Parts: sequence; structure tokens; C-alpha cells
Amino acid sequence: MALLDLPLTRKQRTPSVPDEESDGTPAKRFAKHLILCLVGLVMLYPLLWLISSSVKPSEDIFRQLGLWPQHWNFANYAEGWTALDQPFHVYLFNSLIIVVLSIAGNIFSCALAAYAFARMEFTGRKLFFTLMLGTLMLPGHVLLVPQYIIFSQLGWLDTYLPLVVPNFLATNAFFIFLMVQFMKSLPVELDDAAQIDGCGPFRTFLKVILPLCVPAMATTAIFTFISTWNEFFGPLIYIQNQDLYTVPLALRAFMDSEGQSMWGPMFAMSVVSIAPIIGFFIAGQKYLISGIATTGLK
Amino acid sequence: MSVLTKQPKVLPTGPMMNQPGRGARKVSRRKRQRSGYLFLLPWFIGMLFTVIPFFASLYLAFTDYNLFNEPTWVGLANFQAMFEDPRLWQSLKVTFIYTFVSVPISLAAALAVALVLNRGIRGLPIYRSVYYLPSLLGGSVAIVMLWRYIFGNDGIVNSFLGLFGIQGPSWVTDPQFSLTTLIVLNVWTFGSPMVIFLAGLRQVPAMYYEAASIDGASKWRQFRNITIPLISPIIFFNLIMQLIGSFQTFTQGYVMSGGTGGPADSTLFYNLYLYQKGFTEFEMGYASAMAWVLLMIIAIFTAINFIASKFWVFYDN
Repeated sequence: MALLDLPLTRKQRTPSVPDEESDGTPAKRFAKHLILCLVGLVMLYPLLWLISSSVKPSEDIFRQLGLWPQHWNFANYAEGWTALDQPFHVYLFNSLIIVVLSIAGNIFSCALAAYAFARMEFTGRKLFFTLMLGTLMLPGHVLLVPQYIIFSQLGWLDTYLPLVVPNFLATNAFFIFLMVQFMKSLPVELDDAAQIDGCGPFRTFLKVILPLCVPAMATTAIFTFISTWNEFFGPLIYIQNQDLYTVPLALRAFMDSEGQSMWGPMFAMSVVSIAPIIGFFIAGQKYLISGIATTGLK
Repeated sequence: MSVLTKQPKVLPTGPMMNQPGRGARKVSRRKRQRSGYLFLLPWFIGMLFTVIPFFASLYLAFTDYNLFNEPTWVGLANFQAMFEDPRLWQSLKVTFIYTFVSVPISLAAALAVALVLNRGIRGLPIYRSVYYLPSLLGGSVAIVMLWRYIFGNDGIVNSFLGLFGIQGPSWVTDPQFSLTTLIVLNVWTFGSPMVIFLAGLRQVPAMYYEAASIDGASKWRQFRNITIPLISPIIFFNLIMQLIGSFQTFTQGYVMSGGTGGPADSTLFYNLYLYQKGFTEFEMGYASAMAWVLLMIIAIFTAINFIASKFWVFYDN
């Protein structure tokens, strides 16, 4: 993972290319923008089609190719909201609980571990760090069966504990790595000053380092949000009780009950399910882009 | 204190060090050690949840185990059964085709778009966002479901082909084409390697290009002899991450086929078959053996890449 060492923030990057367009004739530039726009449109078309289909009557969805609905039909949203055993906000709320706890857990436990790796000296630090990097590449399915057995013996099946507790135990090496990289970019003099002023390691961490790590924590929060919100496999194996379903499981239930009349409501709930991701993406772009450039996260 | 801890060798001569004696220093050193471990405490417990299952699954791979009875040792029987299991070979085939078709295409698209965007272009943040957004959504159930309808019999792909008088196949229900739809889905998410390429391209010093164009090097030669070598570590990084990721594809196959891997096992990804074995047939020993084989496959491919990288990846330092 250390093979990538790219700058984390905008300020640090060395501008090797001017931000203004400099090369090519106007015609060439125009052609370039035209192609980029066309490709972008093709990429966005499925999403636009999804949104437009969610407000079309079900029988219109496959009959009209155009994006602009002839008949606006918000009834799909009302119908989709109540189509399953529970109203859809129950599933949204379930997902939200898991997401919020996972974010809190990841930020807390990964920052603690990162501080130890970035700043403290103790026997075995290098070994543990290597071990931590090793878990980055470990495919999760290798641990799947024994973890399932452990969680079922703890009586955690059909609860959110298997989905949430590991996040409080710094099991996500990506975020530790991200924060180690970030903390290493902070001047050591800060820690020294705090310690001379009488702060112990924990207070130094809490009062001096953590407030400076807001960008890295924001990146962690956004990536945790997106991956947890989309997470399908974990809930699929650990959650059987329909009242506890997360949004992806609820959407799958839509597919099981599919019939032509359900297309509209299903697309409407699909829009509801991806809207928070798009919202977070727009709000947190800066952190996402810098985070992905640092760790190569998806 | 910690200025001194950074260089323990100068400790005795440091002007501030005349007060605490040797014993006191030892105590504070032990204290520091302890607080290091304290910070790592959650991680240590988390590692137990990783290390123990890691070895437990290796053990289970050699047993017959259905969750309800005690595991019984069967030696290599699971691996032998895998060797003779046509569905296992099918799942390997699906996963390999998916990986070796979609990863090179995504990386090529990612690099091409990154090169265009890197040339100092107005509206870069907008283009970057538009191209990146799909990669956040590609793994969500909503989008895979959407894909089923886009490629459905009268979905928009076939309607579009119909405009040119082409009768499109039934992409989702024809085993010949169902995997293609998922390859397209994976290529659609080329935005995340693209962002990494963009960050890498920003690091290439502009003066190299200036010097090369003064010497009369064409754009193609500049690309071939400056850009490619300098970003080769990033190409390598993206390649490894994309390979590891796509070997582990699950959600796409599950949602596209409603959990069966159909039609005719054409979307039976390796991890989907592992899930079926473990969690619908409760053959946990077999599933563990499958997990270890996948680990080996990923390890071998990563090792091959690392060895091959000596011949084409260029490290500046």
C-alpha cells in the first residue's frame, strides 16, 4: 500500500499543469469538451432514466424512451413506501443506525490505532504495522465461516452487532492507513509542545492531534457511510428478521415480489436508496477525492 | 520529554536530563510503552477476530461441517470434491472472464480519460465528479436492479439498438450475454481508478514535457517515454486493487440472478457459489476450502504481478 504516496490536500500538490486551458486550437478544445460531455451523458443516462422512471406510471416506463415524463406520477413513491411489510422509513432508519454507529466506531478506533502507529514508540510497532497492512489485502470471505460461527455462538444473529462491533475494533485497515499517512504529515513539534505543557499521550491525542485530523476523519466518515449504506453481504447473512432489514435487503424484497405493476414503486424506492449517497457525494467531494487518491479506496 | 525520546542516545547529555535518574526514565519508558499498547487495544481485540477465524477456517477446510454437528476431519476430501465439481469450475470461469475482460477495459478507460482531463481543462471538477459518481453506486443493490431493466428485453439498450433496426438479444436471460451486462456495469465504475490516475499525473513535473518537446519529441513519444514510466507505479497499484476487488465480486451476481447465479450458472461468481455452499447448503467445510483456494489464487496473481512489475514498473527513487 505504501507504493502510493500521493498528496492528501489540495495545497500540497505541485501544480505541474496550468489550470487554464493552454494547448490546442479553439476548434480542438471544443471537440474535446463535446466528447467529454457526450461520454459523461452516457455515463449519467442510467441514473437519469432511473429518476425519470420513478415518476412515470408503470405502464409508461418501457414505452417511452425519453427522459421527460409525459405524465407525472408521484404515486409511485407513496405506493413504494408502503409496499413491503414495514413502511420504507423503517428500513431507512435501520440502515441509518448501522451507518452512524459504524462511522463513530471507525473514526474512534482507527484514529487511536493510527496515533499509536504514527507517533508512539513501543516494542513490536513495526511488526504490528506490517500485520495491519497485511490485513488490507486479505479477502473477507476467508474469515467468513468462523466469524459467522463466533457471532452465532455469541447470540448475535439477527442483531446489528456483527455489522457494527467490528468497526469499534479497528478492523478496517484502510482507515488506519489513511490516518497514519495524515498524522505523519503533522509536525512532531505539536506533540512535543503539548507534552512539555504537561499533557499525557491521551490528552495530546484528544486535544492536539484529533482536531487537526478533521479532513482524514471526514474522509473516513464519508467512505464508511457509502460502503455501509451499500453493504449487502453482511446484512444478507446476519439479518433474517424482516423488521430489521436494511435498505439493500428491502430493495431485494421488492425484486422478489416483482410484477409489472411494481416497476414504478421499485424505481421510486431505488431513487430513495441512492439519494443519500449522491447527497453525501456532493457535500463531501473534496474529502472523497483526496481520500481515494491517498488509499485507492473505491 | 518527547524531544528526548526521539533520540534516546543523547538523553544523558541533554541539559534537561540532569533531574530524573535512570530509574525514573525507565518508569516513564515503560509508561510510554504501555500507553502505546493502550491505544492499540481495540485493534488488538479486532485482530483476534481476524487471526483466530483465519486459522479456524484453514482447519475447517479439512473438515466436514454443517454448523449443527461437530466438525469431522476429512483430510483433503473437500479439495478433491472441488476438483470434480463442475459448478466450481464454472464459477472460476465466470470470475476469470469477468476479471480479465473488465479490469483491462476499466483501466484503459480510466487512464485515457485521466490523460484528457489532466491537460489543463476548464470544468475539470465537474467532469471528474460526473465520471466518478458511478463508482460509488456500482455495488449498490439499486443499481444492479436497474441494470436488469436497462438490459431487459424491452429495456433502453434494446430500444436504442432498435432505432438502428437491430434486434437486441435478451441480455439478462440469455446465458451468452448475461455476464456481459455485469462487465459493462464494472466498466461503468472506471471513475475510481481514474481519480487515482489523475492524482498521479499531477505529480509528473511539467519540465520533463517541456524539455522533451524542445528536443522535438512527439506527443506519442512523450506519452510513451515520460508519462507511462512515471505513472507506472500507479498503473500497477490500480491493477492490483482492481484484480483483488473483482475476484471477490458478489452482489452483482446475486442481485442480477436473484441469488441463483443463473441463467445456466452464467453469473455464478466464485463468492456467490461459496455463499450458496456455506449458507444455503450449510457445507461450511467445503465453503472454507473454497475461501482458501480463492486466497491462494489472489496471492498467486498478486505475486505474479509483483514479479512482473520489476520489468515494467519504474520507481523514481
